[in-house]
Amino acid sequence: MIRTHALTYTYGSERKISFHDLALDKGSPCLLLGESGSGKTTLLHLLGGLLKNQQGTIEVNGTVITNLSESELDRFRGKHYGFIFQRNHLLAALTVEQNLLLAPYLAGIAQDKNRVEEVLAQLGIADQKKKRIQELSLGQAQRVAIARAVLNKPSVILADEPTSALDDSNCDRVCNLLLSVAAQNGASLLIATHDQRLKSKIHNLIQL
Amino acid sequence: MNLFKLVVAYLKARPLNTLLNILLLSLGIAMITLLLVVNNQVQEKIADNTKGIDLVVGAKGSPLQLILCNVFHIDFPTGNIKLQDADKLAQHRLVKSAIPMALGDSYRNYRIIGTTHAYATLYHAELASGMLWNTDMEVTLGANVAEQLGLKLGDKFVSAHGLSEAGHAHEAHPFIVKGILQPTFNVLDNLILTNVSSIWLVHAHDAEDTAKPDSVTASVLVPTVLASDSTRELTSLLIKYRNPIAAIQLPRYINSQTSMQAASPSFEAARLFSILGVGIEALTGFAYVLIFISALSIFLALYNSLKERRYDLAIMRSMGASRSKLLWATQVEGITLTLCGSLVGILLGHGAIYLFTMLVAESATAGVSALVFYEQELFLLAGSLVLGIICSVIPSWQAYRTDIHNVLAGN
Repeated sequence: MIRTHALTYTYGSERKISFHDLALDKGSPCLLLGESGSGKTTLLHLLGGLLKNQQGTIEVNGTVITNLSESELDRFRGKHYGFIFQRNHLLAALTVEQNLLLAPYLAGIAQDKNRVEEVLAQLGIADQKKKRIQELSLGQAQRVAIARAVLNKPSVILADEPTSALDDSNCDRVCNLLLSVAAQNGASLLIATHDQRLKSKIHNLIQL
Repeated sequence: MNLFKLVVAYLKARPLNTLLNILLLSLGIAMITLLLVVNNQVQEKIADNTKGIDLVVGAKGSPLQLILCNVFHIDFPTGNIKLQDADKLAQHRLVKSAIPMALGDSYRNYRIIGTTHAYATLYHAELASGMLWNTDMEVTLGANVAEQLGLKLGDKFVSAHGLSEAGHAHEAHPFIVKGILQPTFNVLDNLILTNVSSIWLVHAHDAEDTAKPDSVTASVLVPTVLASDSTRELTSLLIKYRNPIAAIQLPRYINSQTSMQAASPSFEAARLFSILGVGIEALTGFAYVLIFISALSIFLALYNSLKERRYDLAIMRSMGASRSKLLWATQVEGITLTLCGSLVGILLGHGAIYLFTMLVAESATAGVSALVFYEQELFLLAGSLVLGIICSVIPSWQAYRTDIHNVLAGN
């Protein structure tokens, strides 16, 4: 579902990173491994359309996103991607439900409260719907962030170091959650990490 | 979820800051509203009260005092003028009409004016009940007088000498209420009207009318006395010009050729306003300083919160929000603050006037009402919209320029 060809990114004027051509298929979770500074985040952001000005092409679900204009890319991101970051980056001013409804609102698709209930139930935090973000534990907040990423039923879920700040048991749980929601929502999952613990769960590896 | 809900959530997330900004702006707007409403109403009242009076002629003294006393009924008389002189002036070729005014008595702080029916006609007064005064000691009450003092038709009262309550009572000559006027919303509402000779009567120490005047020798202004009567006096004459030339010639003639002085209500009112204008301008200036500071405060609040929200902005971009949506959201936040501020300010301004009218009885006499809204207040709202846009130009540009990759990669 994701294909890249001759992808190169230049930092500033000197440092240049070239990436191997990638081909990720739908439904098979994949790990993007590499040391800090190896370009994991850069590649993930390029694949997610968060970063532009690269050479080469990226094709996602049949669309060459490297050819899209900025506003087309905004719309494409909203409809096709779910992002999860190391920190949950939830909007503290909003409740859990409002945070989740922000996803369809910003993507410009219909806001369905039943879908919110459904996803929260999948992640076992249905009772937290009306809470403010500050009232959640770290683990709960992480789940809300995951819920937000899958709410629009994206075809691609990109996660950047989702587990590196977690202890072993939580790491295990989050990884399982990611795998199961990706499967439940029919999305392909790409996790960029230097966290070796994930290797035992996901066998499809890309080493940078 | 929608843009407005998002903006409101952000504003509610910083309640004290939001409240402070709204309050600060509303104080400035309230001050401008207050000045606007009071200024407009006072101007309207002045225009209304001076309508149909081109010139006031009275004893020499301060022209402003003459106007304040005889048109607005707030200051004291400059003195008296001879009826004979007034009669002569009333027949001048440049004078279209002249209304005699005799002041000197009051009842419970409401002035009793000795005049003719023409004075009531000047303000298009209509009777609510009873009739206009006909003979001596009959009075017709202004609407406010009747209401405040609870006087009814047929009631009798004794006037006090002077224009304040302290004067001694003229007990020998009680007045009788013959009629009550409908509200005219000008000075007339607060006056007690009677004929000129009633005023003379209560003050008369040599109270005998010897001659019964006939139509040939009667005074023009007060037909019940002889034109040759040199003892009778009036406080002033309200004059309407016959033609525009009179505006140039008549005041000059009166001021230089007679022992009386002439003052133009519109000129003196304008002069009064230019004196008050300094104070009004100073207050307006202060209000604008307040508004400027509040704008600065709103700008800073937006600027700082945008810094705190850089992750929010980046994450919203990653979820599909376009640059312009974030720009617009920040603009709406600024505009919401300023619009709230000016709405609260306008209400506060009117509320202050309302409180003032409740607490200070004189304000009712001045005819200031809190419940009158002016078109200019819409301009205030429009202005605050523009202010909101200006305050949020830089913050919204920051939002627009959010670099998703750098923020989310933690660079």
